[in-house]
Amino acid sequence: MKKQKLVVVGNGMAGIRAVEELLKLAPDLYDITVFGAEPHPNYNRILLSPVLAGEMTIQDIVLNPLEWYAEHNITLHVGKTVNKIDRTARKVIADDGSEESYDRMLIATGSTPFVPPIPGRELQGVISYRDIRDTDEMIAAASEYRHAVVIGGGLLGLEAANGLRSRGMDVTVVHLMPWLMERQLDRAAADMLKASLEARGLKFLMEKQTEALLRGSGDGAGDGSAHKPGRVAALRFKDGLEIPADLVVVAAGIRPNTALAESARLYCNRGIVVNDTMQTYDPRIYAVGECVAHRGIAYGLVAPLFEQAKVCANHLANFGIARYTGSVTSTKLKVTGIDLFSCGDFMGGNDGKGGSGGTDEIVLNDPSGGVYKKLVVRNDTLVGAVLYGDTSDGAWYFQLVKDGKNIHDVREHLMFGQNHVGDVGHAGQSSAAAMADDAEVCGCNGVCKGTIVKAIKSQGLFTLEDVRKYTKASSSCGSCTGLVEQILASTVGGAYTPSDSKDKPMCGCTDHSHGLVRQVIRAQHLTQIAATMHYLEWKTPDGCAACRPALNYYLISTWPGEAKDDPQSRFINERAHANIQNDGTFSVVPRMWGGLTTPAELRVIADVAEKYKVPTVKMTGGARIDLLGIKKEDLPGVWADLGAAGMVSGHAYGKSIRTVKTCVGAEHCRFGTQRSMAMGVKLERMLFGMWSPHKVKLAVSGCPRNCAEAGIKDIGVIGVDSGYELYVAGNGGIKTEVAQFLCKVKNDEEVMEYSAAFLQIYREEGFYLERTCHYVARVGLDHVKEAVVNDPAQRKALYERLLLALKDYEDPWAQAVKQPAVRREYEVIKIKEITAEVVS
Amino acid sequence: MNNWIEVCPLTEIAPLGSRVVASSQGDIAIFRTADDQVFALHDKCPHKGGPLSQGIIHGDTVTCPLHGMKLSLKDGGAIAPDSGCARSFAVKLEAGVVWLCMS
Ligand code: SRM
Ligand SMILES: Cc1cc2nc3c(=O)[nH]c(=O)nc-3n(C[C@H](O)[C@H](O)[C@H](O)COP(=O)(O)OP(=O)(O)OC[C@H]3O[C@@H](n4cnc5c(N)ncnc54)[C@H](O)[C@@H]3O)c2cc1C
Ligand code: SF4
Ligand code: FES
Repeated sequence: MKKQKLVVVGNGMAGIRAVEELLKLAPDLYDITVFGAEPHPNYNRILLSPVLAGEMTIQDIVLNPLEWYAEHNITLHVGKTVNKIDRTARKVIADDGSEESYDRMLIATGSTPFVPPIPGRELQGVISYRDIRDTDEMIAAASEYRHAVVIGGGLLGLEAANGLRSRGMDVTVVHLMPWLMERQLDRAAADMLKASLEARGLKFLMEKQTEALLRGSGDGAGDGSAHKPGRVAALRFKDGLEIPADLVVVAAGIRPNTALAESARLYCNRGIVVNDTMQTYDPRIYAVGECVAHRGIAYGLVAPLFEQAKVCANHLANFGIARYTGSVTSTKLKVTGIDLFSCGDFMGGNDGKGGSGGTDEIVLNDPSGGVYKKLVVRNDTLVGAVLYGDTSDGAWYFQLVKDGKNIHDVREHLMFGQNHVGDVGHAGQSSAAAMADDAEVCGCNGVCKGTIVKAIKSQGLFTLEDVRKYTKASSSCGSCTGLVEQILASTVGGAYTPSDSKDKPMCGCTDHSHGLVRQVIRAQHLTQIAATMHYLEWKTPDGCAACRPALNYYLISTWPGEAKDDPQSRFINERAHANIQNDGTFSVVPRMWGGLTTPAELRVIADVAEKYKVPTVKMTGGARIDLLGIKKEDLPGVWADLGAAGMVSGHAYGKSIRTVKTCVGAEHCRFGTQRSMAMGVKLERMLFGMWSPHKVKLAVSGCPRNCAEAGIKDIGVIGVDSGYELYVAGNGGIKTEVAQFLCKVKNDEEVMEYSAAFLQIYREEGFYLERTCHYVARVGLDHVKEAVVNDPAQRKALYERLLLALKDYEDPWAQAVKQPAVRREYEVIKIKEITAEVVS
Repeated sequence: MNNWIEVCPLTEIAPLGSRVVASSQGDIAIFRTADDQVFALHDKCPHKGGPLSQGIIHGDTVTCPLHGMKLSLKDGGAIAPDSGCARSFAVKLEAGVVWLCMS
């Protein structure tokens, strides 16, 4: 088949991102030609600020080097501006006369800086801040001249001013409005920002209107700078004040660059108008980036442009399913050492009709501590946030804004952030900007801040997933995710968006989310992994280590008895039924129901430990004994010996029921109100063999003194005189979560029924690797109570479904001992090697 | 000269599964893909020595069980952005039997 021709006009961040996305989906569909007015390959425009500040060089910020274009057979015309589109003949014509015909076209011409009509704006030394040329000119001016004036106290203006200041210039920022960055910040935060920029040596003239830029006399008069005749020398305000200016940077806003589109009579209105598929009014022509107006909005930050690029690529590849529906943006000033974040409707009081819009503001203001936070809440959802000084929760607030999540339950401690309790593993560090480059961010993988910043800059990373892939930071236990997000945000500015938690794809093998996959498996009655992948058009032949275990769980939990468990889609621990260790050996944790054991059992454990030369025997945090360092081929033998004494192994490894911890309770304790040991054993026996989205731990205490630590378990049962209190969704691991009160019940039978019902709804609705605390945070405790507490019929049905699923569970250790086919997994193949001597 | 050594019938390795062969050069992992190709790698991940035989196999890639690094079964090379390489061995399938070449 003959390839179609795609012509891309604009070799910038949005256009090339769209090409990259297209190549991922349909690498061979088009012959691609790219025109770029700038004499450079695509570079990371947002990093011009660190280049100006002297923290990076131009070479560092190239995103797609020339070889990339060659590798993908893309014809690149740099330094050529397209100035005509002939839509009838379907070709474009560039300023050097070169022509290119197209079947489809993508316009990504970005925007042009807006320069107000101030007399003198044509003078030498008056520039805007948009590209490499401007940046080079500023760097050159800084080495020759002294006085810089930046017109415009917005994001771009302040980054320019900061850069010029760090290059030693005397910089004054002139701003028309009463406070800085008025489109991103409220006054309180802006004033703190101004104070800290002043402390770095920047000067500000607020509410000043520029009247004219004045030409130098060429005689070096004034402060001694050698002014060339055509060059700017001073700036005069409407009130008559004059200040010296050898360099004037105008950062007064940008306008979508629609000149080319308009000349081709494509419909434009504040930008090239596109629909939700990024198509213009000419169906052959698509447009993305700052030049576009989508639903009336032209965006000026890369995160939304990247979303547009993805959608556009989907349509260029003829997939035809993606829709762009607009973005909520966030802002982060990229001035090293200043932590500032805002997102959404942070001014509040704005319902578009001049009314208050029913918003409440939660404010924390500590000027001497250098911290200011404002959260804007409307109808129990967070709609905007401004943070200054401590932005560690910026990503979390942004996510809440984007998701429109109901925050009623967390309202009182919303201000204190996501991690106000129980976060461990990074020494309480919460402010990324203050961290030294050699400070460890990820304790699991030993990754320092400097390494992360370097990877973000040199590899052109924009998302948390990218950073995880390249640096391994935040890819293990995830407790440093907030910090990594902050570092990312402060390095790429508003280019950073947290991924959409609601419909984030399961993994790279699919575009579908966990929720959708679960739904489809049920609705379509899918019972096999291959069939599920086929039905949902998986992109890889047999998935990956992330999606296969999830699919396997969804199938067996949705269709118990029908879907067959697939050992090859299980993590080794669940495949081998023991826990892999760092040296490749395994550990065995014999089950001790409710933490109880007997001298006979202890004797068997001792015998096994001796017989198999177990190097380490240890009490676990789950109140039982761990035999560590057993060779895989010895496992069946170990299990046979334990099994002969009536012991099963303890699932200490699985996404499954783990332990039920108990205290001594009314059986022995002078305070005990309920027989907690017996209760715990009953629960653990009932749940034996239960697979779940993540591991499940229970505890039963005999009285509110709670010696079994029931307050941090997935299910905590606390005996009281009149029965039991049930708590759910606690977690004692990475981030301590206190369990929430579910209800009070009267007797042991009710404990079993309510616990089982809770676990079953979690098993049916939870996403893979989501613990009960995360599941309940997602769906809300009320949803759970509705089914488990308020609706007896539903509770009974859930309870019965769990018992049904557990009915046929076979002891996997006994099988490994008895069945040769299963046993093979543990056997090492011995071969007859022909040694050199034998051959010769 | 190539010394081919008989390992086992293909049926003794599960599809998308693997077996460990003990050899004078250390443990060797033999992998079987979904479409019945076989590959052999030294059973030691270049990252921290994890036993690759215990990983999850997908396509012609294995994910190490210890920290999730992905390696190509074809040549043992780590999939970018990771780097490193596990030694690979020649294997062949003849009449349903897996053969390994150690030299
Ligand atoms: C053996 C044991 C430590 C010990 O020596 O005491 C242990 C060992 C491991 N824990 Fe644990 N945890 C052990 C009790 C705990 C506890 C305490 C408890 O159960 O009361 C906790 C906190 C309680 C909780 O889970 O809420 C705990 C929180 C974790 C976490 C964090 C879970 C979370 O949701 O935050 C992980 C990581 C994970 O599962 O993803 C983890 C993971 C692990 C793994 C399985 C890591 C792995 O995937 O290989 C460790 C296996 C080590 C090995 O090589 O065998 N372990 N782990 C304990 C076994 C208990 C048992 O008898 O089954
Ligand atoms: C200094 C600076 C700092 C920034 N910081 C951030 C930040 O922290 N976070 C953030 O999200 N965003 C930031 N931005 C904005 C971000 O860079 C832009 O949103 C993004 O680059 C826009 O992408 P685009 O592809 O639409 O336009 P561009 O990247 O501008 O690409 C358009 C390209 O098209 C070329 N072109 C135009 N017309 C033609 C034509 N007729 N023929 C051929 N070529 C043509 C232009 O020369 C240009 O190279 C910053 C911008 C600047 C200048
Ligand atoms: S046993 Fe648990 S806390 Fe200890 S090192 Fe392993 S995962 Fe970490
Ligand atoms: S040992 Fe294989 S990934 Fe670490």
